[in-house]
Amino acid sequence: MLIATTLDDALIAVGAGVRPIAGGSDLVVGARHGKAPLPERLVAIDRIAELCSVDEHHGALVIGACVSHHVIEGHPLIGTRWSALADASALVGSPATRHVGTLGGNVMNGSPAMDTGAPLVVLGATAELRSTRGTRHLSMAELWLAPSRTAASPDELCTSIHLPARPDRSGSAYVRLEYRRAMEIAVVGAAASVVLADDGSVAHVVVALTAVAPTILAVDGIDHLAGSSVADVAAAVAAAAAEQARPISDLRASDRYRRHCIGVMARRAVEAAARRATGEVIAIPVNRALGIGAAS
Amino acid sequence: MSEPITLTVNGIAYPVDVASSRNLLSVIRTEVGLTGTKEGCDDCECGACMVLLDGQPVNSCSYLAVQAQGRAITTIEGVMDGEQLHPMQRNLLDEGGVQCGFCTPGMIMSATALLERTPSPTDEEIRIGLSGNLCRCTGYAKIIAAVRRTADELAG
Repeated sequence: MLIATTLDDALIAVGAGVRPIAGGSDLVVGARHGKAPLPERLVAIDRIAELCSVDEHHGALVIGACVSHHVIEGHPLIGTRWSALADASALVGSPATRHVGTLGGNVMNGSPAMDTGAPLVVLGATAELRSTRGTRHLSMAELWLAPSRTAASPDELCTSIHLPARPDRSGSAYVRLEYRRAMEIAVVGAAASVVLADDGSVAHVVVALTAVAPTILAVDGIDHLAGSSVADVAAAVAAAAAEQARPISDLRASDRYRRHCIGVMARRAVEAAARRATGEVIAIPVNRALGIGAAS
Repeated sequence: MSEPITLTVNGIAYPVDVASSRNLLSVIRTEVGLTGTKEGCDDCECGACMVLLDGQPVNSCSYLAVQAQGRAITTIEGVMDGEQLHPMQRNLLDEGGVQCGFCTPGMIMSATALLERTPSPTDEEIRIGLSGNLCRCTGYAKIIAAVRRTADELAG
């Protein structure tokens, strides 16, 4: 195994067909489960300093691909301004999983049940992909093509996630349905970003859904809700989410149960995001603070 | 394909020759010869294999050994102070937080990492800190009590 300490070294290795590894949780556990054999040639990218930092530029945020869920869940700036992402990272696995697991790994693994995916969509994130050929930025919708499939070429490395600056009077939240409080994967989940107008009505709302489609699903057709009350928007979003969901039945839930619960989760995400938009502090993660998901 | 690496376990450097696909747990138990770290589920679920990597808890069953080069690895054998049990070990015994004992090394590693970063945890923080460790015997209450007692002792 090559342990890269510079991005250039990593990009040359990845360009030559060597597979990148950060925490390795998806790669090692996936290999054991027969998802894909462990690649013979690996390059460790978790010691490259520029992939491990969180930097603010003019109100926008750049999160290095190797920043762990542990760092994200406790990061004061992410927790207050990009709260939905912190809500999601705080729910991943266990403390050990959150120390090893990275945002870049989560994004490039491309699971439709990934907790950080819906928050990244509603926060307008882009993924920076780099190779020896150059750099490009893809929206999350452009990046995720199907379960475990992304638009990245084999020689491209996800180096960072870019989050645009948050507007005034905005809030975001991620909630999920879960059967237990740790080492859990979302049964369904929902993230919302809400901007409030001066009169308290909703000026802008974006909602995305977890584990109800082959990729993270952005809820369509809710732009016309601007100007409505939070309660009306939450109810309309819940109906739209349940209608647009294309869930499957698997060992965690039936499609009917998922379709019903996604409406509930979408409503709660909008309500929590709107409360945060008023300046109310709801602790990270919303699931624990508001008693959503598995019982205490 | 194996490669020569050096793992630093409990402050001691161990030169080992391992295949790049080997997990850290198996190398610690076999090549390094420290068997306090246990294999439970071998799937990142149970926490019996918990070790500390640069002070942070990691499931060693799902971490590649070659990736631990240059990191400080701490196992259950490294928490004692000479012949003195670590307060967390002593309090688990005193509170009755050990029954079959298979989960105990992993519990202690998670608990010591928690107390290092959160010296005065709430009960909720203790539960979260131990949430990657399963115990099929105790029902957890006595383990949580032992962590609480250790935190109080260390706070003096």
